[in-house]
Amino acid sequence: MNMKRSGLFAIVGVFLLPTFANAADNPLPPDLKKGKEVAFDMNKGNCLACHMMGNGPDPGNFGPPLSQMKERYPDRAVLRKHVWDATLKNPTSVMPPFGKHGILTEGEVDAVVDYLYSL
Amino acid sequence: MKRSFAERLLQIVLLIVTTLSSMPAQAVDYQRLVDADVRKFQAFFRKEFPQVKKDDFADGVYAIDPQARQQWKEVEEFPPYEPAIDEGKVLFNKPFANGKSLASCFSNGGAVRGNYPYFDEKRGEVVTLEMAINDCRVANGEKPLNGMKGDLAKISGYMTFISRGQAIHVQVRSAAAYKAYLKGKQFFYAKRGQLNMSCAGCHLQYAGRQLRSEIISPALGHTTHFPVFRLKWGEIGTLHRRYAGCNENIGAKPLEAQSEEYRDLEFFQTAMCNGLKFNGPASRK
Ligand code: HEC
Ligand code: HEC
Repeated sequence: MNMKRSGLFAIVGVFLLPTFANAADNPLPPDLKKGKEVAFDMNKGNCLACHMMGNGPDPGNFGPPLSQMKERYPDRAVLRKHVWDATLKNPTSVMPPFGKHGILTEGEVDAVVDYLYSL
Repeated sequence: MKRSFAERLLQIVLLIVTTLSSMPAQAVDYQRLVDADVRKFQAFFRKEFPQVKKDDFADGVYAIDPQARQQWKEVEEFPPYEPAIDEGKVLFNKPFANGKSLASCFSNGGAVRGNYPYFDEKRGEVVTLEMAINDCRVANGEKPLNGMKGDLAKISGYMTFISRGQAIHVQVRSAAAYKAYLKGKQFFYAKRGQLNMSCAGCHLQYAGRQLRSEIISPALGHTTHFPVFRLKWGEIGTLHRRYAGCNENIGAKPLEAQSEEYRDLEFFQTAMCNGLKFNGPASRK
């Protein structure tokens, strides 16, 4: 079985309604769309499992809400490093090491960081 | 000559020290080490959820989520696991090919949930209720049953049902038992899988938080109520099936039901529930 696909929290998936970005949302520029998709996709980033972000549906609350990322992480490399392997900063972090463990490709990590910077 | 009080005291102290240090190695009190872990573990959850009565931790996530508890209570009025218990009862009493039955292997009419899991000193391993059921079958020339679901879950469901209210009191009396306990403990706290997560990460560190829309149950109470009828499964399943599911969800290899790893994990997790009562089977989402 492909572990990556069966991936994060299939358990939770069943209870989710098929919610899509509501029409009131401002359309994202195309380069940010990919990052958002990766971040929201339950078989990829599934950041919503743990974070409130960008009005995504049914967010969890393991981690802090992700907003004002540019202001809070003026150094993009620091933010990227956190997504790549959160345990570098906090060894006991429960946040999956998305880059290090190949959950996301390097390109997908970049796309997610671009998207984070728009929040 | 009369010795001073101080001298006599010193002599007594020396005597005590030599006696203690010459005690054989097997006198290590493993149960005390485990009890200390249990106290720390339970204190963590009592502090985290001060509004929850200790016994209520046996209700899993419904102990900490009043809204879901209400709905769950309603489901439990007409328990979805009832047919499984009835079938389990029939299977428990059904004769094997040799004329004996499971009933011949268990005392107290099968109301023995409180005795499991335990460390069998002769075999040198943890024996769970489901394992004992399969052992009984094999000893009587029958095939072992699937450890995740089906007849085995029904039989252990019946035996658990007639044992409701029995106290959990896992004991760790030997170096070998302690080793199995430590292996289970290690399993519980170790990060694993592609997502690099541990049981403790979710069910201790973040118990009560929301993962998407799911509230995470506290690990205190994890083993009190199995087997469970899960709406998602549409049937009754064992604790080890749940273990395998949680392993899979973090991209880790699910292990076999009744594997040594899962039995040790159950041994550790159940020890952490010492002082609670068995109240299974139960219904879950
Ligand atoms: C299983 C839970 C979980 C998942 C999934 C998760 N995170 Fe996190 N995240 C956390 C936790 C917990 C923290 C808090 C800090 C820590 O413990 O590392 C955190 C912290 C962060 C931070 C730092 C926040 C701050 O305020 O400084 C960023 C940025 C972040 N996460 C981004 C992401 C992105 C992007 C994804 C998805 C690609 C993601 N997280 C998925 C649990 C998670
Ligand atoms: C990514 C988070 C996560 C990890 C890691 C995780 N679980 Fe779970 N677990 C859940 C969720 C969500 C549920 C369903 C809600 C609940 O009852 O907690 C659950 C349910 C359970 C249940 C059923 C509780 C009940 O009352 O029916 C048990 C037992 C359990 N997990 C044990 C474990 C063990 C043991 C491990 C490690 C091998 C583990 N879990 C790892 C998220 C996790």
